[in-house]
Amino acid sequence: MNIWIEQQRALIDFTLASLARRKARNLGLLAVYTLLVFVLASVALFSHALRHEATRVLADAPEIVLQRMVAGRHDLIPPGYLEKIGRIRGVQKMEGRLWGYYYDPVIKANYTFMAPSAGGIERGTIVIGAALERVRGLAQETGISFRAYSGKLYSFVVADILPHDSELVSADLVLMHEDDFRAFFAFPAGHYTDIALAVANPQEVRNIAAKLADALPDSRPILREEMLRTYASIFSWREGIVLAILSGAILAFVILAWDKAAGLSAEEKREIGILKAIGWETGDVIRMKIWEGVLISLTAFLVGYVAAYLHVFRAGGVLFEPVLKGWAVLYPRFQLAPEIDGLAVATLFFFTVVPYTAAVLVPIWRAATTDPDAVMRS
Amino acid sequence: MRRLVLPFLALAVVGFAMTCVDAALLRERHAVRIEANHVLAKRLGLTDIALFTEARYTRHPSQADRHAALQDHPLALEHFPTGSLIAPPRHIARHEYLDRTTARAD
Repeated sequence: MNIWIEQQRALIDFTLASLARRKARNLGLLAVYTLLVFVLASVALFSHALRHEATRVLADAPEIVLQRMVAGRHDLIPPGYLEKIGRIRGVQKMEGRLWGYYYDPVIKANYTFMAPSAGGIERGTIVIGAALERVRGLAQETGISFRAYSGKLYSFVVADILPHDSELVSADLVLMHEDDFRAFFAFPAGHYTDIALAVANPQEVRNIAAKLADALPDSRPILREEMLRTYASIFSWREGIVLAILSGAILAFVILAWDKAAGLSAEEKREIGILKAIGWETGDVIRMKIWEGVLISLTAFLVGYVAAYLHVFRAGGVLFEPVLKGWAVLYPRFQLAPEIDGLAVATLFFFTVVPYTAAVLVPIWRAATTDPDAVMRS
Repeated sequence: MRRLVLPFLALAVVGFAMTCVDAALLRERHAVRIEANHVLAKRLGLTDIALFTEARYTRHPSQADRHAALQDHPLALEHFPTGSLIAPPRHIARHEYLDRTTARAD
């Protein structure tokens, strides 16, 4: 065992000395390799943590949200719908929700206005999300005016600011009293944006949704599982332009790595010839090259992964912000909990280390089995 | 060379192990925040996270109408950068035709 370890140490020594002779080329390859692992690992860690967070936070979203559709668009729920729903057996609780969007021309941002059904907000006051507080420079007890779609100006006092830690769900929220909401958006009495339903037996959700669709043909029930599925599929591996861009970068790297690993330079061939001529066996040459592949790809994986972890969970995924922000003015500041998908990390490890190491083998085996004299002369 | 590279590789291995320890510690710290957000989302009946606030169908992708991907007319190009990051909501493509499958029992 000791002999074997000594042998491997000697091989690693020789491999490192060999790599050092082509320092610029190998360091360049290592840098590109590490950068690629960093980008792939960052996307994988960020998207998995975000999916996990969204699923946990929205775990108790309304079991069914019922919208009314007019000409393919979401429309207000008119009076009478709640009574009709109340007659459906299995519906435990229902409440009309009041929410809508407001475009603020001052900072060119969209807000989500909402009147919580639980109340708790005085008339003339609002509770705002932390991103809104930051962007509009507001504070508790300061006043703010919004021009309604009717043209009338409404003034509110900021009663409270939602916790900064909740920005991921509340960045653009403006909570207000129901009467203020109805007056601001000129909502007719008895109308709601949509209806949230709770079902007595969770097994019956689909049946209740079917009954709703039957009783109210112009309605569209959205189940909680559909909402959660939306976030389970967000940034999934086959979606989005990020993958299209990344696949180009990955392919370019594969070509580079394949060229480096599969094609031997004249200098490398001469080196193998000399090694064979001084008595190295084919197995030793192959083992040396395996070490070369492992050292480069393992270093790239470890450094790239650790950098990606620090980027996503310690630096808040700062490099993703411009991409995720898009044209939005309000962007939440948030830190994700490091929920790491072990399978994704193992897959990344496998596809980073194994193909490169394997690609090294074929040309080396071919060169190492050829006559040393022929290899040196070629 | 070995004196330089192998300690660096060992450091990288330790760094990798440290990410696992750090993740466990951070998860504990974040658990309180996630629970508070869960309670807030439940209290307000929130259906979506506020990650993309640029358009209504990116702010509330789960509530977007079935024509969200084609905002202005069929085959319209996507306006917003977020549309390049997230696909149209799954239920647009895979809508459950509940009204056609179940007869009304009540």
